[in-house]
Amino acid sequence: MTPATAEPRAIRWLLVALAVLLLGAFLLLPLAAVFTEALRRGWGPVVAALADPDAQAAIRLTLLVAAIAVPVNTLGGLAGAWCIARFTFPGRALLLALIELPFSVSPVISGLVWVLLFGAHGWFGPWLQAHDVQIVFAVPGLVLATLFVTFPFVARTLIPLMQEQGRAAEEAAATLGASGWQSFWRVTLPQIRWALLSGVLLCNARAMGEFGAVSVVSGHIRGETNTMPLHVEILYNEYQFVGAFAVAALLALLALVTLAAKALLERLGARRGGMA
Amino acid sequence: MSLAVRGLVRRFGPALALDSVDLAVRGGEFVALLGPSGSGKTTLLRMLAGLDFADAGTVEIDGHDMSAVPARARRIGFVFQHYALFRHMSVFENVAFGLRVRPRASRPPEAEIARRVRALLERMQIGALEKRLPEQISGGQRQRVALARALAIEPRLLLLDEPFGALDAEVRKGLRRWLRELHAEMGLTSLFVTHDQEEALELADRVAVMQAGRVVQFDTPLALVEQPAAAFVAGFLGGAARLPAHLSGGVLAFSGLPLPPLSAAALRGAAPPEGAALAFVRPHEWALSPAAEGEGNARVRSSRPAGGHAHVELDLAGQVIEAEAPHGLLRPGQPCRLEARQARAFAAPS
Repeated sequence: MTPATAEPRAIRWLLVALAVLLLGAFLLLPLAAVFTEALRRGWGPVVAALADPDAQAAIRLTLLVAAIAVPVNTLGGLAGAWCIARFTFPGRALLLALIELPFSVSPVISGLVWVLLFGAHGWFGPWLQAHDVQIVFAVPGLVLATLFVTFPFVARTLIPLMQEQGRAAEEAAATLGASGWQSFWRVTLPQIRWALLSGVLLCNARAMGEFGAVSVVSGHIRGETNTMPLHVEILYNEYQFVGAFAVAALLALLALVTLAAKALLERLGARRGGMA
Repeated sequence: MSLAVRGLVRRFGPALALDSVDLAVRGGEFVALLGPSGSGKTTLLRMLAGLDFADAGTVEIDGHDMSAVPARARRIGFVFQHYALFRHMSVFENVAFGLRVRPRASRPPEAEIARRVRALLERMQIGALEKRLPEQISGGQRQRVALARALAIEPRLLLLDEPFGALDAEVRKGLRRWLRELHAEMGLTSLFVTHDQEEALELADRVAVMQAGRVVQFDTPLALVEQPAAAFVAGFLGGAARLPAHLSGGVLAFSGLPLPPLSAAALRGAAPPEGAALAFVRPHEWALSPAAEGEGNARVRSSRPAGGHAHVELDLAGQVIEAEAPHGLLRPGQPCRLEARQARAFAAPS
């Protein structure tokens, strides 16, 4: 540290202590609370709560929704990032704004748009009813809402990286005789693989954890349209605290594993030079 | 291999990047595209490679129109300014890329690929680096990898965009000579882009001087220096002073400058029409002599050694003139007498 930027030792420690305190109070404490509350009466009730058929259905539904939303948004995000980073075209700024829209819109709105479109009184409601297709208050609605909310993650992670890397490597591949497909698999994708994985994991974390938008389109039918976050709310409102916290703990655990995987990938990526 | 460019036009919005470019390159030639930044040289190079497309005009290689041929089918080697190496691949894999992406029918067997890549790496004097990643080697080494990668496809034409731009002066000098020899030994036809006139004049068989999207003159280095065809070329090459003048009765008078006029015999090249003109005088074309205080028409601003002579900067009625003089003739601050021995004149742009 140069003398010009050196702070007295006491101030440095004070700042570090403050940061640790805030971190502990706002991040670690709630997380710890979830696990302690869940395990308040030991493992037995936790296992029982997770084995409950409604809880099982919620877990399966959450995994199903994520299993659809994550791959779709990975492909969509890749395509969007590629267009924005590689080409200039009329409407490029608009596309960028659209990609970020789900970040800025309230999750409630993100859910409500689907009700307005596909609900019984929505634009396409009567037609859907006539053809016996259920979207809102059913699994398709949950998938749509989750897709919408989690769309930006992959694209936003890739765009800055792809913009920085530029088009030169792909052009080099073309002059060397590579087809577009070969160039994508051998040059583009390997150059962004770590960032892509990181974006996919963030997308996954949100897909499993989304509450607001999903809550609007779910209809809260137990065992049918309740995802894990919604199931937690229902249990909590019925004063089944152990059950609520057990499911919440599982959800938190999934998120933690996802984040750990992301951190690990970023370290791997930094070492192999794939993130920069 | 022969290359013919005819009437090539490229617009970027309202701006003309290429304004009807014509260029004919013979097989085996080493050609430089020389010009200031924004003159269209890189755009022209990219269009030859098929990385950019013409609004009008044609590019022909060996008499075949290239407009419908995509970059990947042109077999034109391209060395990018910042090399554009595949950063996730080893040096070996970078060079092997062009062979590996070939359709199965024409792809050489693995052993043949390895043999050809190693031979190229040896040829580029980087055989020991084959397992390294691009980030683990120096700038000059990356340049050689980029060159080896472009040569691996046995290109009909080799294009280099500012090949020495990102290297420091020492490496640049050595690599320049080496590239010249490589071009001759491998029987390549090459075009390279540069804004460095010294580089262009030293390396190229012929130099295309570009200005504002046009090829102003395409000639040998000697002809460019001796017979510049346009005011732009005369001013761009050789560090010439650009002086307003007037031509009447074959005599060139300098406008607004205390310089003696030049007779027709002292004018090099074709004489422009009578009237307003631009005169160009190179540093070695000045005659200089020391003068007493209060006499002379110029004053020495600085003098520094440059090889066999001194490079002198003079103040001529507020205009800075660069000239060559014998060592020790002039001191900074000294008055002197300055006279053009010869000059080139062009009609002044209206």
